[in-house]
Amino acid sequence: MSTATHEVASQAPEVLHLDGITKRFGSLTANDSITLGLVPGRIHCLLGENGAGKSTLMNILFGLLRADEGTISVGGNVLHLENPKQAMAAGIGMVHQHFMLIPVFTVAENMVLGREPGRFGKLDLNGARKLVRQLSDRYRLDVDPDALVEDLPVGIQQRVEILKALANDARYLIFDEPTAVLTPQEIDELMVVMRTLRDEGRAICFITHKLREVVAVADDITVIRRGKVVGEATPDASEGDLAELMVGRAVNLTVDKAPPTLGKERLVLTDFTVANAAGTIVVDHLNLTVSGGEIVCIAGVQGNGQTELAEALLGTMAVIHGTAILDGVDVTHMPPKKTIEAGLGFVPEDRQRDGFVGDFSIAENLVLNRTTSFSSVGNLDLGRIRSNADERIEEFDIRTSSQSQPVRSLSGGNQQKVVLARELSRPLSLLVANQPTRGVDVGAIEFLHNRIVKERDRDTAVLIVSTELEEVESLADRIAVMYRGRIVGVVEPDTPRDVLGLMMAGVPFEEAARSVEKSRTEHADV
Amino acid sequence: MSEELVEEKMMPATPAPVPARAPASRRWVSLVVTLISFVLAFVTGAIVMVVADPEVLGKFAYFFNAPGDALGASWDKISTAYSALLRGSVGSWLAITETTAQAAPLICAGLGVALAFRAGLFNIGAQGQAIWGAIFGAWIGFTIKGLPWFIHIPIALALAMVFGALWGAIAGFLKAKTGAHEVIVTIMLNYIALYMLQFLLTTPMLQQPGRSDPISSVVEFSATMPRLAGTRLTLGFFIALAAAVAVWWLLERTTLGFRIRAVGLNPHAAATAGMSVSRTTIVAMAIAGSLAGLAGAQAVLTPTLLTGFPTQLSLGIVGTVGFDAITVALLGRSRPLGVVLAGLLFGALKAGGLTMAAEAQTPSDLTNLIQALIVLFVAAPAFVLWLVPGLREKRPGADITAKAATA
Ligand SMILES: Nc1ncnc2c1ncn2[C@@H]1O[C@H](COP(=O)(O)OP(=O)(O)OP(=O)(O)O)[C@@H](O)[C@H]1O
Ligand SMILES: [Mg+2]
Repeated sequence: MSTATHEVASQAPEVLHLDGITKRFGSLTANDSITLGLVPGRIHCLLGENGAGKSTLMNILFGLLRADEGTISVGGNVLHLENPKQAMAAGIGMVHQHFMLIPVFTVAENMVLGREPGRFGKLDLNGARKLVRQLSDRYRLDVDPDALVEDLPVGIQQRVEILKALANDARYLIFDEPTAVLTPQEIDELMVVMRTLRDEGRAICFITHKLREVVAVADDITVIRRGKVVGEATPDASEGDLAELMVGRAVNLTVDKAPPTLGKERLVLTDFTVANAAGTIVVDHLNLTVSGGEIVCIAGVQGNGQTELAEALLGTMAVIHGTAILDGVDVTHMPPKKTIEAGLGFVPEDRQRDGFVGDFSIAENLVLNRTTSFSSVGNLDLGRIRSNADERIEEFDIRTSSQSQPVRSLSGGNQQKVVLARELSRPLSLLVANQPTRGVDVGAIEFLHNRIVKERDRDTAVLIVSTELEEVESLADRIAVMYRGRIVGVVEPDTPRDVLGLMMAGVPFEEAARSVEKSRTEHADV
Repeated sequence: MSEELVEEKMMPATPAPVPARAPASRRWVSLVVTLISFVLAFVTGAIVMVVADPEVLGKFAYFFNAPGDALGASWDKISTAYSALLRGSVGSWLAITETTAQAAPLICAGLGVALAFRAGLFNIGAQGQAIWGAIFGAWIGFTIKGLPWFIHIPIALALAMVFGALWGAIAGFLKAKTGAHEVIVTIMLNYIALYMLQFLLTTPMLQQPGRSDPISSVVEFSATMPRLAGTRLTLGFFIALAAAVAVWWLLERTTLGFRIRAVGLNPHAAATAGMSVSRTTIVAMAIAGSLAGLAGAQAVLTPTLLTGFPTQLSLGIVGTVGFDAITVALLGRSRPLGVVLAGLLFGALKAGGLTMAAEAQTPSDLTNLIQALIVLFVAAPAFVLWLVPGLREKRPGADITAKAATA
């Protein structure tokens, strides 16, 4: 084992071969004899539907799961990867979608975790600090080594994960859906970092559901469907082609929707003000009205109060001023139980934390907030809970071996589908969805967007929070741009992106439109 | 390492002490680990027995001259002790019923701890809750007179459960409303309950008239659990089994149980789904307390083992049932059926331990030691798996990987 590692480290970089990898979970074959090569100096994109088996394959490569069949080898040496430590020793690094950092530790402390660089068992924190600085200078990944991880935004936490992998001098880097939680700017920065790493001669395996990113950085593309490799593509393939290869049918990447037929005003927010636990005002005298039959999208850079607005509507955050009226009823200070009863459908931003109970089955999670309608005199109606689960799994195409599977063991996108299936399957007066299609594949996005539009056409008021401009543009009937807890302006969905971009930095609509206009004419003059 | 264990590392840590229903392979491993834990505990118990007996130990001084002497004496000692243990716990109809009598309060209090676990709460307070149950069970038991047993016993049990529930709910309330940690709060409430018992036993409310020591009047016959003639099987054991069924039903079949489990596993998602985490915490602690109160009432309403006569409230009446309950709940994996089995096991150890101490002159704490070791090993599966490396190789999947890798 260790000799193999040294050879890997001393030789010129070699291709890492995954050969005939098969992994079964009970009756389900998550990976069906997958063969793949990771070539140094190239970015290899892994594409596939939710539940296709991408994360499973990568977890095998990183030693987190063991394959039932198949080998992993570098230059003819078979690697025995039984745990991440061995994988790291073999030069494999992984940036997880759900970070594996210890929140109450500083960045430097997280770096030394599991590496024990010091002598006599003493942690070499100064060395770790220096290492963080060196690496962050070299890759322009700006991180403060002494910051507590829990205080950092997700984008920076991810940088720490990348630095951790680089500190081990990983030659084969796995990125499992790194962009799902990033803002567009952070995604651009990550792409730059990935290209730098590639140009240094590292092999990168990149998983994403955003075809735009694939087209932008991929050198090689492999498509997996239901555990099998179904095709390869070159980076000049169009997004439509890739989508079709992935899902197995043509996918409509834009949303077909009729113009909205506006009903009466359903949600009226007046001077709506929310403070977080630390007492900072995060939603600041916000005024907004959403009518039945329309989709209002809240656009904005993450961290401008969108999440808090959504949570305050549900009732898990305290409203300190102003009112929220839903269908004429004051819901400002209602607890979640009451707002849910009043017809609020809620899709939380962080599904792992707020969206489901990981150890509960799919069936249980599908009724998590509606036990009263699936019970009589306090006793659960198991029959109806089961048939409801069968229907939802069928309707939302949740890929699972059984409805009693714990949601924690579903693939990321399928977990999201469970949350949406629950929220979109009861009569709603208002749907508040935060990043509704995070981590969901293109085929499922098409379906979910259509479901959301259908919900709108039932005269439901729909409020979507999304940092994904594409999603905002395709779903919105109106776009409300949020900046520092306030609505900067409410604009039409066809507003140009550069105007939206300026508004997201706090510039009012007229001014933004004028300055974009001006720069356009200037460019035209040149 | 087990696949599922590896999987768990990837997930954000949940505070829940109870795993979800484990997949078949992991359940199999945990069963084997439990069995090995028993064996290890009894082996360690045997060593202690030998070491603690000066006579046997003396023979080891000339071990190399006559090893048969030392080994023979050890074997004698161990076999006498363990056969006495077996005889005292399951060796006869009487022994078996004795086991059930010892198990009944353990099961009730164990259910209380287990239920709190499922809500994500570490209820160390079963002892205090049981003490209140004993106080009010006894009080009803000796103050009310002239009732038929089928009315008197339910009243005594009900009041015991109400006060156990109140004592539990206080901890739940403090946790829910002030964030005070339930472990600290319940430990302190245990002391308060104990000193309240001490105090009340010197007041006219409880103290037997004419006595100056802290002891109450004797419970009425009508409040004493009926016992199957010639055995030690009492109504209390059936009440314990019924409580287990009720807790199972509550957890698996009711909306309240659904909420308790959801809050225990992921309080954030539970709150987002409209469940009140604080109310669920209080209710769960109240129910847990009522079960421990039931255990306390059993202690005073069960007839004295030997004579079959009613008993009376004294300072040590509940023994350590509230603390044993924690081990019962842990060993029973916080599931009702598991708690019943663990309660029976510990009941058997208690019943057989008496015989063992009498016949083999083993230290009286030996059964407690074995009990503690079992739980220790069960709680440290990695240690057991490390001790028994063969177990790891036999795991399905692992050997296939090994073959494939060498191919
Ligand atoms: N521990 C497990 N037990 C049972 N089934 C599992 C387990 N882990 C994964 N699976 C199943 O294996 C399949 C592949 O899951 P995987 O997470 O690899 O998908 P994915 O391609 O990463 O999907 P996504 O794009 O949604 O993240 C899924 O059907 C999933 O339910
Ligand atoms: Mg995945």
